[in-house]
Amino acid sequence: MLQALADGILSGSIIALGAIGLTLTMGILRFANFAHAELVTWGAYMALAVLAVTGTFMGPIAPLSFGIPLILAIVVAAALTSLLALAIDWLVYRPLRRQTNHLTLVFGSFGISLLVRMVILLIFGGAAQYYSTALQIAIPVAPGLRIMPDQLFTLAVTVVIVVALHFFLQKTRLGLAMRALAENPELARVNGIDTRAVVRWTWVIGASLAAVAGVLYGLTIQLRPEIGFHLILPLFAAVILGGVGNVFGAVIGGLVIGLAESLAVLVVPSGYKMAVPFLILLAVLYLRPTGIFAGTVGGVK
Amino acid sequence: MSGFAAYLVFFLIVALTYSIVTMGLNLQWGYTGLFNAGVVGFFAIGAYGTAVLVGPDRAQLIGGFALPFPVAVVGGMALAALAALVVGLATLKLREEYLAIATFGIAISIQLVALNFEALTGGVNGLVGLPRPLFTAFGSPGAYNLFYLAVVASVALLVYVALEVAVRSPWGRVLKAVREDETAARSLGKNPAAIRLQVFVLGCTLMGLAGGLYVGFIGYVSPLDFLPILTFQIWAMLIVGGSGNNLGAIVGAVGVWALWTMSGLGVSRLLPVAYQSQGGAIQVIIIGLLIVLTLLFRPRGLIGEAEAVSRHAR
Amino acid sequence: MSTPLLEVEDVVAGYRPDLPIVQGITLKVAEAEMVTIIGPNGAGKSTLIKAVAGIVQVSSGRVRLAGAEITRLPTHRLAQAAIAYVPQTANVFTTLTIDENLLVGASTLAKGEARRRMDRSYENFPVLKEYRQKKAKVLSGGQRQMLAVARALLTEPRLLMLDEPSAGLSPLMVSEVFQRLKALVEGGVAILMVEQNAKAALAISHRTYVFAEGRNRIDGPSAALAQDPQVASIYLGAGGRKR
Ligand SMILES: Nc1ncnc2c1ncn2[C@@H]1O[C@H](COP(=O)(O)OP(=O)(O)O)[C@@H](O)[C@H]1O
Ligand SMILES: [Mg+2]
Repeated sequence: MLQALADGILSGSIIALGAIGLTLTMGILRFANFAHAELVTWGAYMALAVLAVTGTFMGPIAPLSFGIPLILAIVVAAALTSLLALAIDWLVYRPLRRQTNHLTLVFGSFGISLLVRMVILLIFGGAAQYYSTALQIAIPVAPGLRIMPDQLFTLAVTVVIVVALHFFLQKTRLGLAMRALAENPELARVNGIDTRAVVRWTWVIGASLAAVAGVLYGLTIQLRPEIGFHLILPLFAAVILGGVGNVFGAVIGGLVIGLAESLAVLVVPSGYKMAVPFLILLAVLYLRPTGIFAGTVGGVK
Repeated sequence: MSGFAAYLVFFLIVALTYSIVTMGLNLQWGYTGLFNAGVVGFFAIGAYGTAVLVGPDRAQLIGGFALPFPVAVVGGMALAALAALVVGLATLKLREEYLAIATFGIAISIQLVALNFEALTGGVNGLVGLPRPLFTAFGSPGAYNLFYLAVVASVALLVYVALEVAVRSPWGRVLKAVREDETAARSLGKNPAAIRLQVFVLGCTLMGLAGGLYVGFIGYVSPLDFLPILTFQIWAMLIVGGSGNNLGAIVGAVGVWALWTMSGLGVSRLLPVAYQSQGGAIQVIIIGLLIVLTLLFRPRGLIGEAEAVSRHAR
Repeated sequence: MSTPLLEVEDVVAGYRPDLPIVQGITLKVAEAEMVTIIGPNGAGKSTLIKAVAGIVQVSSGRVRLAGAEITRLPTHRLAQAAIAYVPQTANVFTTLTIDENLLVGASTLAKGEARRRMDRSYENFPVLKEYRQKKAKVLSGGQRQMLAVARALLTEPRLLMLDEPSAGLSPLMVSEVFQRLKALVEGGVAILMVEQNAKAALAISHRTYVFAEGRNRIDGPSAALAQDPQVASIYLGAGGRKR
């Protein structure tokens, strides 16, 4: 039970990181981006590629399983993931935005999700991979509760990112522009905000967070090309639960989904774990489509 | 029958089955603008529903209804409709993309049930040895397949004609209004949410029908036939044929399925064994490129005649 | 005659290329002039303003500001080009605080300058100062209009465009808004305003254009139009407010 709670918070914090990026892009670009979860996979594999190139030139920082090389890899992976997101936006979403039916964007992202996943499979193969083969010893912190140092690191990174993002959105001009754009793009433009620039920054932030989530995910589980595909539903559920466009809501939504998945396994066979986000999503849509915390983009038309 | 002719019959049965799914999706997307991201789920429900209802009594398995095939298919369709109702009621009054997300979710959930609810679905092994309708009436498998092709072709034709009539009826003309101008539809005294729900359920029912036909043909169900890639394949079939064009849906289904089959053949023939999994990725990439490039450069479809489509084109 | 501040020349515009709403409108606004546009619902008044603001696609015709062509300038550049626009509805960011709303209006300014001008607008609009840390959704309709105008003025525009600034306001509020607009014009700002209440429009403005079905039918000095029997019979009889 205690262990399930701890595991739930951990996977929840990774879902939260992905969901923050998704809620920002959904709030500002106003479409359900099915390809966002693939940015998580891409980020994870880019870090793997960076590690393959640089090698682990420095040993791990005890008690973590990794050291400076991985942290460097996270930064490069975030940059490479941002590049991918910007390229996709420029090549696919930008032309599709001109079409009157905004669902074409959803359709496009659906196709892109498949492409990104398959390109990763093509480049890296389908077998499971790891950042480090070093075994990590879980530390017993309470009776029936063991936590790995990497997991604590993951949690700490999530907290730092959420706090930093909060300040960014509240205190900087770019953050303000993003919030203005999320509420009313036309009015934002009328006020002299160059929405194209803000959109680009939104991609950079969303993709970077996705990359960080991917690497943290890869620290705690095996890396496979389909990790993103399996995250699509949890991410959407977290975003809608928290209210589309609401960063704080996405964090809570991510934690709720992570905990629910992990606790559900106590009562239903683990094979059904992936259906949990769907059931939560369905319940939210029936009961409170705006999410627990109203988002900037309401669920109701 | 020569090997090639036999293969062609086999190919056409599967392609025409998918064309029924594609027409169902066309009703949803092409005519009404509903994005269904879980096509495979509704196809699977129809298939599994039919399989359970048609299946004989077997130890350790729920079922044993041993219903006649057509009745079982109708049962499968009803189950698909029910699933559609559950997601439809939750989402069709909300922003459009919520339907996309929810259908994606139900497809995943259905896949999980197929894999894990062994007592009902047979789990990873699926349900095998299902009776094939009228199989004993035919002397050879070849003759039977020809018969089944005739059945599937007739059903596809029937669905085609019915849809053509439906979209030209007063009901069908409202669809475009619902899609393009919510307010106008409402001012005509139509309730857009209700019409969306009707269309969505009807389209999913057709997908369920195709699932039932598929099971009748292959005589078993296996979760491997209902992987998420099928949703993408059906979408490729629709958009290549030109959405809003039922004939295009059929042509697209046959064309894309041919492309898929041939690319699969090419991969298995040309690539060394060590690279087969990468080859599979290339096959899927073709589907993804088909979707994205058509969307970008030929939004009215590759095959669909521009004139015929333009009335419905988005 | 000197170059007018704003020249709209034979502009055709609409929300879809195949369906022009504004079908060839020509109008002018001089420096420090107040011009109103009146006309029945659906005449294309709002659409014309949006076309000038760059929100709606102009398919043909020209828009010039002080002689320089601005027809297809992206919307966000117009704020720098000294045009401000206050939409009819959703004209404040309800999820942002009053202070943040003003800060958005000052997007194009350097930080220090933005702060200085914001302090000045708090002096001009004391209500706003009172609520500065509150979300704009708590404001009343009239207060929102004040905020929208205050925000639009931060860039010190030469031309202020307003879409039905009096809609939904109490008569007291309407006269306050109009007083402020008048003061602005006296201070040298030109105003182009859509106004549903024709009587008020003719009373306050220098000149008026009457739109119908996407074209300008009648125009002239407001005082003269107020006497025009044709205008009177169509608009002044009804006189009332929109819905
Ligand atoms: N966002 C829009 N999309 C499509 N058509 C619109 C939109 N806004 C207004 N229209 C149409 O444009 C016409 C003119 O509208 P508008 O310019 O708002 O009129 P007015 O402001 O004079 O009342 C109306 O027929 C209206 O239906
Ligand atoms: Mg108007």
